[in-house]
Amino acid sequence: MSATLTHSTAAAADRRPIVTVRGLTFHRGDHVIFQEIDLDIPRGQVTAIMGPSGTGKTTLLRLISGQVRPDAGRIEVDGICVHELGWRDLYQFRKRMAMLFQSGALFTDSNVFDNVAFPLREHTRLPECLLRTLVLMKLEAVGLRGARDLMPAELSGGMARRVALARAIALDPTLILYDEPFAGQDPISMGVLVKLIRTLNDALGLTSIIVSHDVKETAAIADYLYLISDGRIVDHGTPSALDRSNSPWVDQFMHARPDGPMSFHYPAPPYAADLLASPVP
Amino acid sequence: MSAILARLGRAVLEQLIRTGRATLFFFSLLGALSFMIRRPGLLVKQLYAVGVLSLPIILVSGLFVGMVLGLQGYANLVDFGATSSLGTVVALSLIRELGPVLTALLYAGRAGSALTAEIGLMKATEQLASMRMMAVDPFQRVLAPRFLAGCIAVPLLAGIFTAVGILGGYLVAVEQLGVDSGAFWSQMQAKVQLYADVINGVVIKSVVFGVVANWIALFEGYEAQPTSEGVSLATTRTVVYTALAVLALDFLLTALMFGAW
Repeated sequence: MSATLTHSTAAAADRRPIVTVRGLTFHRGDHVIFQEIDLDIPRGQVTAIMGPSGTGKTTLLRLISGQVRPDAGRIEVDGICVHELGWRDLYQFRKRMAMLFQSGALFTDSNVFDNVAFPLREHTRLPECLLRTLVLMKLEAVGLRGARDLMPAELSGGMARRVALARAIALDPTLILYDEPFAGQDPISMGVLVKLIRTLNDALGLTSIIVSHDVKETAAIADYLYLISDGRIVDHGTPSALDRSNSPWVDQFMHARPDGPMSFHYPAPPYAADLLASPVP
Repeated sequence: MSAILARLGRAVLEQLIRTGRATLFFFSLLGALSFMIRRPGLLVKQLYAVGVLSLPIILVSGLFVGMVLGLQGYANLVDFGATSSLGTVVALSLIRELGPVLTALLYAGRAGSALTAEIGLMKATEQLASMRMMAVDPFQRVLAPRFLAGCIAVPLLAGIFTAVGILGGYLVAVEQLGVDSGAFWSQMQAKVQLYADVINGVVIKSVVFGVVANWIALFEGYEAQPTSEGVSLATTRTVVYTALAVLALDFLLTALMFGAW
């Protein structure tokens, strides 16, 4: 009876979303980035947050990881309210998550091996031989074991991101945040990264959040999609559900249509009035 | 009129905010220094970068400054038949003023600007943010070792600058211009006092200048706009602010140590 109860409690915990956002509001100056948005990130899956450039997708990752604090609302990761943590607790908490930055953010004065070894050296007291084994395992997972002695300047953009990915999984996180992982990649590198993100998520039992505007690649590996525009969630669902959606927002974004509810122009006064206005000194 | 006042008020407020941020930054640096006990290797690496690599410019500059002092001192003292005091003139000039001040200015140009550019670029390329995401505090891991290494390096470099300067003065005065070697050293020995001159001049002044130069360099790098222009401006600000701060502080310290205040 007790075993069944424990099993069902564990199963319930597994079904609980790993990230819960409620009533999130965030401004940058007078500009509203998010206005009371709610979202759930399911555990163990790949969730993509998509939307046009400048809609605050990266900001959302920064909010989830506690790099910035919301103006209102609540962000919980694994039941912990991130923005209420002090910096010591926040740093403890971050050992369980990782973030892949758009630039890769590798340490330019260290080679590939030392970059991947960095979090292990900082947070563990492993003997060097064991640390070497772990680093080589992580590099093997991203296919760059042979590049261990290269410096970041010697890597291509795709390789740099794979090294950053190896470094991100060095401490075996439960949650990994990807900020535009496919931006600026050639088709082969993009294909490698797409496959790698899905494979690592499944093999290591991670939860992945991908922020991207590469619709095709992201939809190919995501289990669930959120579409953000103008500070709110326009729609969400599985990739196939969104593909069939009747929403004009979704249709414009998913099918890359130039015309639709998402405006091409940044908010501005009327064109004619602007042209006829005297220049402000 | 009101627009000018508003602009002035905004500028003053921005400066006050920046001063507040710089003060908080300084206390965060001090708070992170204890981390060096656990990781002395980080300090040694930075001592090499900011100290050992600054040696060539310090040695060469010190030598030439000492030689110029020897020449100028001789040209003026010879009229009064007081060339035996040349050793004292060279030593006191270097120990009290030129050693610490020029070392701090040279340090700002070579190591301070490099620190600002390095930290600014680490910020621009998200290396500091990625460190925070790996639960590593950049203050402990990156900034504190550089700060402490700089604070140790500047007084040592000032001591080396002064010693090499005196040697330069000796070479010109004694070897070139024929001043008596015994008089050069004995006058210096008699007139230069350990506490009043060496401790006040080389030690206290250069420690103060070292703290200020490194604080400015690291703060400017940390606060730099994450763009190429932002890093470039921050690097320029480091050199300019350090030069102004060192010269102003030098006047203040000189007035307190050697003046009538």
